Amino acid sequence: MSKEPVAVVGIGQTAHVAARRDVSLAGLVREAARRALDDAALDWRDIDAVVLGKAPDFFEGVMMPELFLADALGAVGKPLLRVHTAGSVGGSTALVAANLVAARVHRAVLTLAFEKQSESNAMWGLSLPIPFQQPLLAGAGGFFAPHVRAYMRRSKAPDTIGSLVAYKDRRNALKNPYAHLHEADLTLEKVQSSPMLWDPIRYSETCPSSDGACAMVLTDRTGAARSPHPPAWLHGGAMRSEPTLFAGKDFVSPRAGRDCAADVYRQAGITDPRREIDAVEMYVPFSWYEPMWLENLGFAAEGEGWKLTESGVTALDGDLPVNPSGGVLSTNPIGASGMLRFAEAALQVRGRAGDHQIDGARRALGHAYGGGAQFFSMWLVGADRPE
Amino acid sequence: MPEVTPEPTAPPAEPEEALTAPLVVEFPFTRSLGPVRGAFLTGLRERTVLGIKATDGRTVVPPTEYDPDTGAELRDLVEVAPTGTVTTWAWNPSPRRGQPLATPFAWVLVRLDGADTALLHALDVSGPDAVRTGMRVRIRWAAERTGAVTDIACFTPDDGPTPEPAEPAAHSGEFDDPVIGITAPARLDYTYAPGRAQSRYLRALGERRTLGERCPSCRKIYVPPRGACPTCGIATAEQAEVGPRGTVTTFCIVNIKARNLDIEVPYVYAHIALDGAGLPLHARIGGIPYDQVRMGLRVEPVWRDGSRYPDHYRPTGEPDADYDSYKELI
Amino acid sequence: MPALPRDIAVVAFAQSDHVADSHEVSEAEMVMPVLHDVLDRTGLKARDIGFTCSGSSDYLAGRAFSFTMALDAVGAWPPISESHVETDGAWALYEAWVALLTGEADTALVYAYGKSSPGDLRAVLTRQLDPYYLAPLWPDSVALAALQAQALLDAGLTCEDELAAVATRSRAAAADNPHAPLRGPRPQGDHVVAPLRRGDCAPVGDGAAAVILAAGDRARALCGRPAWIRGIDHRVEAHSLGVRDLTASPSTRLAADRAGAFDRPVDLAELHAPFTSQEIVLRRALRLGDGVTVNPSGGALAANPVMATGLIRIGEAAARIQRGESGRALAHATSGPCLQQNLVAVLEGES
Repeated sequence: MSKEPVAVVGIGQTAHVAARRDVSLAGLVREAARRALDDAALDWRDIDAVVLGKAPDFFEGVMMPELFLADALGAVGKPLLRVHTAGSVGGSTALVAANLVAARVHRAVLTLAFEKQSESNAMWGLSLPIPFQQPLLAGAGGFFAPHVRAYMRRSKAPDTIGSLVAYKDRRNALKNPYAHLHEADLTLEKVQSSPMLWDPIRYSETCPSSDGACAMVLTDRTGAARSPHPPAWLHGGAMRSEPTLFAGKDFVSPRAGRDCAADVYRQAGITDPRREIDAVEMYVPFSWYEPMWLENLGFAAEGEGWKLTESGVTALDGDLPVNPSGGVLSTNPIGASGMLRFAEAALQVRGRAGDHQIDGARRALGHAYGGGAQFFSMWLVGADRPE
Repeated sequence: MPEVTPEPTAPPAEPEEALTAPLVVEFPFTRSLGPVRGAFLTGLRERTVLGIKATDGRTVVPPTEYDPDTGAELRDLVEVAPTGTVTTWAWNPSPRRGQPLATPFAWVLVRLDGADTALLHALDVSGPDAVRTGMRVRIRWAAERTGAVTDIACFTPDDGPTPEPAEPAAHSGEFDDPVIGITAPARLDYTYAPGRAQSRYLRALGERRTLGERCPSCRKIYVPPRGACPTCGIATAEQAEVGPRGTVTTFCIVNIKARNLDIEVPYVYAHIALDGAGLPLHARIGGIPYDQVRMGLRVEPVWRDGSRYPDHYRPTGEPDADYDSYKELI
Repeated sequence: MPALPRDIAVVAFAQSDHVADSHEVSEAEMVMPVLHDVLDRTGLKARDIGFTCSGSSDYLAGRAFSFTMALDAVGAWPPISESHVETDGAWALYEAWVALLTGEADTALVYAYGKSSPGDLRAVLTRQLDPYYLAPLWPDSVALAALQAQALLDAGLTCEDELAAVATRSRAAAADNPHAPLRGPRPQGDHVVAPLRRGDCAPVGDGAAAVILAAGDRARALCGRPAWIRGIDHRVEAHSLGVRDLTASPSTRLAADRAGAFDRPVDLAELHAPFTSQEIVLRRALRLGDGVTVNPSGGALAANPVMATGLIRIGEAAARIQRGESGRALAHATSGPCLQQNLVAVLEGES
């Protein structure tokens, strides 16, 4: 028994902005889906099944919105599956869709993730009051900032590293027409003098809150052969979860993340990720997570990740570009952010990343995480069909 | 940091009643509409009902920007009548919060004249005997209309003649001052119940004690207890008091004031490993300038009357804990 | 359905007692005994499981990310390969089934839980509806099902006596179901929303369920008589009730066809019908004759822990195959207003 090779033949995303006031929820998801179909030169009828992901339903105030969106996604008469694994959901959703092809259940699957955060307020959605609990914080920044401090203590990294990441990602976003933040006037000095929100995290080191959607068409070898553009081939994919809070949890480098990456590399036959991977789209909602994940994903030894950032290795012209799209720091429709990482990785190996294309990218990693740094999903895609 | 091995307290003799509290989830959602839904809801404000032509020629009311069967993009709006025929109904003897009428009414699906699909709304009639499938009804417009489905107050019986079937006329969908968004308030009321373990913890807090629960397998003490050791996947029941002192293992300085959070900024939000606990809990640090808080700081709780939790933790004056003593408790 | 690359079976099923109000336990406290029970039935430990998938809903709990705390019950350490669907656990089982088909795992733990007691389910489910055209009217789940029931009555496809008989049969069957809150006959009672009476409606309650799937010889080693999944498929319909024929369930028919349900007759069916009238629709869609035993567990009308009710249908059908009471069974799960989305699984024992 062997898995069917899985190809990404269609990728679409919306323009991501703070508030897409020109579309309904249905219009938003259809914009991304239609672009993915067009990229694959397919129509709604060519799709066998739809797999949809998003983060908490409270963000839009629609419970199980896949039910309402079924006809908008051309899913009537088809299987429609909804995934929710917190912030990693965009990645997990793509992997569930990929499995449908790999298991030969379906031949062409549309997978889509979205968030329309302007329908409510992310701060509200993430911080619904819970009786008996002491209100101490609002939003995610305060939750993650202590872990950033723990990383700084552990790695002894200079405290400017975070600003380097933020500046790099926001500059990269200028080359990505879909990115939410296009801050042409941003300078490193401005990042470093931006307000300290949750010390040690500054305003300019924090992800925005976006409306947006991302969609992909996944198919088998036959579908890939018909694709008008080069496909990205799935070389490895995995999900790992660990409990939210537990005795011995390493928030700086969660074991679930390490195990997930190791599984993906094993599937893809990668033994030296630092040398064998050409581009990385990782989920960096706060700038310091770049060096943290570089270590967690095996690109650097423990305590050494920041050195890659500092020396420019992760820049667009470095030898391990990280987040050439501008990443989550520039675009963050939460439920779709993970899928955007996966899709941007696929765009790189398809040679279709436009102005933020990494020359000669053959293998790229897409990474997503969520919850209290407890849910991880990753895929590794390549320009060549796996053996 | 002093090594403390907490002694288990006696297991509870009788299970105590678990706590509950009301939880209201309420938000005025702001919904952008896009062209088709915007035209329909603006039309209602103007007492005009729009539908849309589907791929197979059907007129879909209320209109969607996509074909309900095929997903194809739809654009061609048409105007249908404010009168129609009930296709099915249900008698609602006890209207609930938010529903269109406060007195008993019938839910109806109505196929408006000119439409091929039905619209859900309320029908104002005296009782179930006054409703039947196939009866003729007419829209009763709300006195104040804003561009929302509630601009239709409800349907009422219509005794006019049934019109001959006719193709609905095309409509541009354009109106002055179009509605592009609606505000949709939604409130749901819940009764939150944190469960047995958390209830025991919360009751102990009332006695100014911090009560964790020890995993019978890995022996780690969970605080707050969750009734389960999440790594071993087994129930915890043996209670063990931890603290009151502890060590700041990491923290951040919060500089932005959150809505609905009555804490002056800046303040320090810290992870505190109480002596004996297997993992840190989260609390605010006080009694020391915010910029002097550090990892390893030894702290103790400061209780205030009328508050279930310690108001904050303050320095004990002990020497800072060694990093190696708490690095697994961050 | 094309020939499956692997044979996959339900090898164990467990469920909690389903109660009207479980406020004394958290989700993790409710789920954990069920997970221990289902693992004990196979002798597996949590760490032996290759893939885990759960189903639940934040909107029932009133809390975002509510499923993350339920993971406490699993013992996810070392980290596990795991996923979650924001819907009934039957779809979690489907996701797990696909994962096993790929060969990346040989065993899967599937669980689902629902605590409806914290909220008002009829109000909560209105939030599933079109947020522009339907949700602002707060039409509750009973009202929508009643519109469907009236359509059936108008079409002459059922009568009130038949609906009452479905209710009576279900609760009588539940006399043998120790987990069900409604056991034995009940009066039909007053109209909740006419034509549906109290007795036509499922109870609303809290509970959890879990299933273990295993592939091939692993399944045979774990279970004396595995319930082999011969086919499983799910399909969705348009959302708006006004564009659908409420007296039919084409998505159920199609899913059943794709799952191979019509290839040979089944002897038993567990249908996820929270309203008596929906059983009528489903029986027609599935072409179930009088010879088929329907809902010997009592079905959703006897026990309805929302988000687990569909998974329980698969578990109940599998358990009967494992006990030798059925040779070929159909299990069905539904989601959404008026049977919008439906899943059908066909299970068989080895003869």
